[in-house]
Parts: sequence; structure tokens; C-alpha cells
Amino acid sequence: MAFEYAPAPESASIVDIRASYGLFINGEFVDSADGSPFKTVNPASEQVLAEIAEAGPTDVDRAVAAARAAYQKTWGPMPGAERAKYLYRIARIIQERSRELAVLESIDNGKPIRESRDVDLPLVAAHFFYYAGWADKLEYAGLGPQPRPLGVAAQVIPWNFPLLMLAWKIAPALACGNTVVLKPAETTPLSALAFAEICQQADLPPGVVNIVTGAGATGQALVEHQDVDKVAFTGSTDVGRAIARSVAGSRKKVTLELGGKAANVVFDDAALDQAVEGIVNGIFFNQGHVCCAGSRLLVQESGYDELLAKLKRRMSLLRVGDPLDKNTDIGAINSSAQLERIRTLSQIGESEGAARWTAPCPLPERGYWFAPTLFTGVSQAHRIAREEIFGPVLSVLTFRTPAEAVEKANNTPYGLSAGVWTEKGSRILWMADRLRAGVIWANTFNKFDPTSPFGGYKESGYGREGGRHGLEAYLA
Amino acid sequence: MTATAPDTLADGIAGSEASLRKFLHGLPGVDQVGADQRAAMLATRSIKTTAKEWALDLAIRMVDLTTLEGQDTPGKIRALAAKAKRPDPDDPTCPSVAALCVYPHLVPVAAAELKGSGVHLASVATGFPSGQVPLDVKIADTKAAVTAGADEIDMVIDRGAFLSGRYLEVQEQIQAVKQAAGAAHLKVILETGELATYDNVRRASWLAMLAGADVIKTSTGKVQPAATLPVTLIMLEAVRDFRDQTGRQIGVKTAGGIRAAKDAIRYLVLAKETAGEDWLDPDWFRFGASTLLNDLLMQRAKMRTGRYSGPDYFTLD
Repeated sequence: MAFEYAPAPESASIVDIRASYGLFINGEFVDSADGSPFKTVNPASEQVLAEIAEAGPTDVDRAVAAARAAYQKTWGPMPGAERAKYLYRIARIIQERSRELAVLESIDNGKPIRESRDVDLPLVAAHFFYYAGWADKLEYAGLGPQPRPLGVAAQVIPWNFPLLMLAWKIAPALACGNTVVLKPAETTPLSALAFAEICQQADLPPGVVNIVTGAGATGQALVEHQDVDKVAFTGSTDVGRAIARSVAGSRKKVTLELGGKAANVVFDDAALDQAVEGIVNGIFFNQGHVCCAGSRLLVQESGYDELLAKLKRRMSLLRVGDPLDKNTDIGAINSSAQLERIRTLSQIGESEGAARWTAPCPLPERGYWFAPTLFTGVSQAHRIAREEIFGPVLSVLTFRTPAEAVEKANNTPYGLSAGVWTEKGSRILWMADRLRAGVIWANTFNKFDPTSPFGGYKESGYGREGGRHGLEAYLA
Repeated sequence: MTATAPDTLADGIAGSEASLRKFLHGLPGVDQVGADQRAAMLATRSIKTTAKEWALDLAIRMVDLTTLEGQDTPGKIRALAAKAKRPDPDDPTCPSVAALCVYPHLVPVAAAELKGSGVHLASVATGFPSGQVPLDVKIADTKAAVTAGADEIDMVIDRGAFLSGRYLEVQEQIQAVKQAAGAAHLKVILETGELATYDNVRRASWLAMLAGADVIKTSTGKVQPAATLPVTLIMLEAVRDFRDQTGRQIGVKTAGGIRAAKDAIRYLVLAKETAGEDWLDPDWFRFGASTLLNDLLMQRAKMRTGRYSGPDYFTLD
């Protein structure tokens, strides 16, 4: 008899999702003046979770005005040590409510509760704690004797790590004395709206944080608004390009964190079992909805067969299903549109001649699901080796020498992250010197920490988030 | 992957000190951070309801109920043998444990008690726990235990020889004890707490398997740290890979410091998701423990009755 894990669901009853949500402007929830509401669904069940107000141009205007007023009257002039108190308070409330927030994130996003509980929420709190510490020490950040905040920051974040991306944007902006208008993704607005409640709970002065919900049009209205001093965006390279164009020639400072097609390079002397774990974590973490995902596996030919056998065995163990089940490894794809994109690119992979292998695993009937998949026989010319799939699909390529590995790894318009697996320390350093990527992980992958700067080369964007470097994006 | 008969593999690489060293040092390394992380992730698996009931029963059937104290007496062994046969006297559906594990000197007492019960009788041997005795003493120790009725021998490797790189010597000692043990099942204790690195654990696992171990075992229980999840993970990877290469399945025994049912279930999860379902059987996975059994029984009773009885309802032996 086999050891079948019985369902172990985290209770959804600890979160209270309202039937409808307004916009969070100037410290309170208000109705939209000129937008039409939209719905957010649970991607694991396709059930509607709530109706969300859409911010139109008038609403965006109101939000930016509230942020401007708060910047001028309260938050801008406030001493750093005072700002820090609010940020510490927010961090503590996040920790206290982390179980509830993790469940909410999993319901709205589809990510497994194990990840929202053990990765997202601890990092969210850590980010606020970290930047709270900087608020009264900005003169010592190496950015000049008296660094000044920029003013009002327009921030647009993606759906893959809704609350974590919010933290990456809001924590440094506030620590530096800016006020923000943030637009969460239209498929995952709920945790940002819960964060708005946390701002109220922390008595954050009205207007310091404003949250406007909506889709692309709302985001466009926000980043193009005349009274915005700073634009920060995380999302696709196409949208990033459009933003860069629209703010060109203006006084707005911009940071962009865009797509990636990271190479995960495995040498034949790597610690094999841990490399397999790292490959799996690199591409299947968060259903592969990770901009720095290790979506291109580069394996040294001399170790290919053994590695691939182990990788397939390990992939067969992945548990796909209910995001709230504590034993789920891979949750739901965030939206039907994203699922469609993953399916399309996978079909293109097959038609271009790559061999597809999908882990044998049952998928739930309702909801958006995609079984972990890998493609072998992939060459640099294949679209699945060049385009960001943003799903649980791994392309496997091979190399023969370290120089070839570097050449192939760098042969992409992106440059967000890379991984190197070898037991030879000198080779790690040699590779790190040559790989054109913002983050290089050695014998690990997808490791994040608020103290470490994160950002891309080339078409993966510019500017850094996290660490001391992350302050630079919000100071002049 | 092509399967090679174990003897062929062993003959090919174990013929000389140099080839043995080359093979063991050529095994893929273990990244400590990664291994710890994998073990910690698997420890978050949440085993509930029917799965928990099933796992508790299996864990009881996998216990090597152990007493290895200077204070051990025939009376103590008789009490423990009764416990091994019927761990929960109030519940006839409760399975027996896998084996009783005692010092060689007390094997005759245990053998008389366990006769016909189906519970195996394990004896530590070879100068347990340090292994620092001459080879002929180790062999005599082993033979005495088997003659007195032990059908499982838990031997210790010579860690001194291993750490100084005398792999052939370690291998020859295991082979000699294996021969002395005859038909008895040979468990080889690596004493991972003294091997210190995961690379060493992997090498010692392979060395023991090549030398003819039936089971590889983490610890004597006399050295800290004893069994840990990451060390057991490395050993489970080793038996999995060994079977892939040779077709021969080797068991794993984790011993020392496992006291809670919750921990035992974590080891079962580790075995399932590392080596596979084939190892979820008392023939292939064991717990060397004493206090663990009562917690398993208490959790089992709780699953069946819906409430916890006090510790006084379980026998202390």
C-alpha cells in the first residue's frame, strides 16, 4: 500500500473577503468616480472572489493629489526616525497577520500555501523591517550628505508575487520620504487592499500610501500623470518599453524590472542531488511565474543522462493541486490568459521539434492548471529557448565547455539572473565574472533577501531594488 | 542506467585501496546547504487523518525497540520483549515492532522470549559503540550473538580507519563481519555524527553497501548528533542510487534521538520522497528507538479514540 497524503488544507475561513472593494485614496476606501468595476477570481476554482473598483483618470488624479499633499505636509517633512516607527509598525502587523495574508495571497494568486507562508510573507515583513532601519540613516547610505526624497512615486506591480512586489516598492519609497500611488495587477488586487487596511491599522497618515486598482489603462494613466516624480514598474518587457517611451523627456525618474530567460548552468562535477533540487526550485517555484526563473537549463553534455534521469524522477514527485493544501508543491496558473500563453508556447516548442516530457500527475478539473513540463533537444534558435514563458516549462540545452556555457547563457536579450552549479569554487567566480545577469546564484537558486540588490542587465530593465542600492531609486 | 551486479561492481572498484578511493572520491559531492534545505522542506509536509493513521501503524512496525545500557539485566530484556510483541496490551489490533535490539550478552534471554513471535532479534556487535577493538574480537562478538539466536547484527564501522582514509580496511572488516554473521541480516552503523561531513556520509554509505551491508544505519545513539533528517536523506539517496546501478536494494535504519511520532512521520515522508515507496516497509526502513514507541502508541490511540490518554495508560518498560 502506498503512502498517500490525505488532504491537509489550510482553513480559508481565517480571511474575510468583502463582496466589493473601493479604491484606497487619502487613507480611506472610496468609490470610483469614472471606472467600471471588474472581478477577481480564484484561479484554482474559477470562482469570483470579489468585485473591484477600477480607477479611471479622475480617480488617479485624486490619488496623486492625495499623495502630493501628504508628501508636502506630513511625510516629506517628517524626521526619518518618525517615519521608521510607522514602517516598523507595518512590519509587525504584517507578521501578526501573516497567516491570514498568506491564505489570501494563495486564494487570489493560486500559489501554494507553503510558498506564501514560508517565502512570500516572511520576505514581505523582512523588507519592511529592513527599510525601516534605513529611514533615519539615509545620510550614511553613500548617496551624498543630504539625500532628498523624489516626491510622489507611481508604482505598478505584477501578479506573480502581489504582496512581495508591493513591499519591494513601498518599503524603500516610504523609508526615503516619498509618498506612493500603487497599482496592483488586475488579477491579484486583494492582498494590496488588505495592505491598505494595514496602513489604516498602523495609523499611517492619509495619502502616504494610495492604492488604485485596475488594468493596463489605469496603470497608463498613473505613470503618465503629470504630477508624478518617479515611476517604478515590475512586469513584462513590452509594457516596460511603453513606459520608458511615455516618460522619455520628462523629469520622472524610472526603474524597471522586466522579464528574464535565466540560464541555470550545471557542470558535470556539481553536487547532483542538490542541483536537481535547484533546477526544480528554479523553474517550478511559484508555477514558474518568476521573472528570474531558471527557465533555460544548460547541462554539460558529459553529465546529461544522469542529470536528466534524476530530474525526471524528481519532477514526478511534484504535487500539483489545491493551493491551500499544505502539501501542494505547484498551485494554479494565475489566469486563463496566462494558461493560454503557456499552452501556445509549449505547442510551438513541439512543432519546432523539441521533445516534450510532462510529469505524470493528475490535475484538478476546474481551475487553471499546467503540469510541470520539460523540453529536451532544445536549441538556441527555438522560441522556447528565447521567449519568456512564465510558466512551469523548462527548456533543456547542453554545452561542452565553460566558455560555451557562458556564450549560450548570455545569448539572450534578457539578463536578470543566472545559476551556476559546480563543486569547483574557482569556476563559480570565473563564470560570475562573465555572465551578464543582475543576480548570479551559485549552488542555489531563487534566493532572496532584503539586503541584496536585485535588478537586470539589458532588456531585463534598469535600477536596483533591495539593499542599500534600492535606496538610490527613491532619493536625489 | 545499466544495472551491474553488486559483486561485479564491488570487484571492479574494491580490489585495491587506490581503486576504492578513486570510486568513493568520484561520487557526486553533497552541497550541505542544499541538502539541509531539502530535508527542512520535506519536514513541512502535513500528514493528517487517514495518512497519519497509516503512517503511525507503519512506524510502529518499523521500530527496533532498543536497550543498550550498562544497567541492562535479564529482567529488563524480558519486559522489553513483552512490549515488543504486544506494544499496546489494551489494543489487539496494534502491530508488533520489527525487532528487539540488545547487547550480545543478553541475546539468549531475548531469544527465549521472542521465540515464534515474528519479532526479529537484533544484537549490536563488533565492539559497540566505538568499534575500537581488534578484528578477531569483532568477529567473535558477532559469532557469539548469532549463535545465541540473533538474526540481525548491528555492527559499527571503524571510524578511525575511515577518517584516516583506510577505506580498504573498513571494507574488509565489514566483509569479515558479514561472513561471521552468516544468514543474519547485517546492519552497518556509520556513526554519522563522527563522520561530520555529508560527503563522508555518502562515501561511507557506498563503502558499506559495496562491502555487503544489508542495511546502512545512521548512529549508535551514543554520539551526538545522532540521526538527523539531512543525514538520512543522504543515505536514502545512496540506497536509491545503489539500487539503480546494481539492482540490489539496501535498507536504511535511522537511530538515536527520534522521540516523537511527528518526527518518525517526517522520516517516512523523507523515505517516500527520496528513495521511494519500496522503502516504506519494515524490511527496508527501521527506527532504532526506545521512547519513540510510546509516543507512537499514544498518537495511535488518539487517532482511534479522538482523545489523548495520559502517559500512565502506556507501559513503561
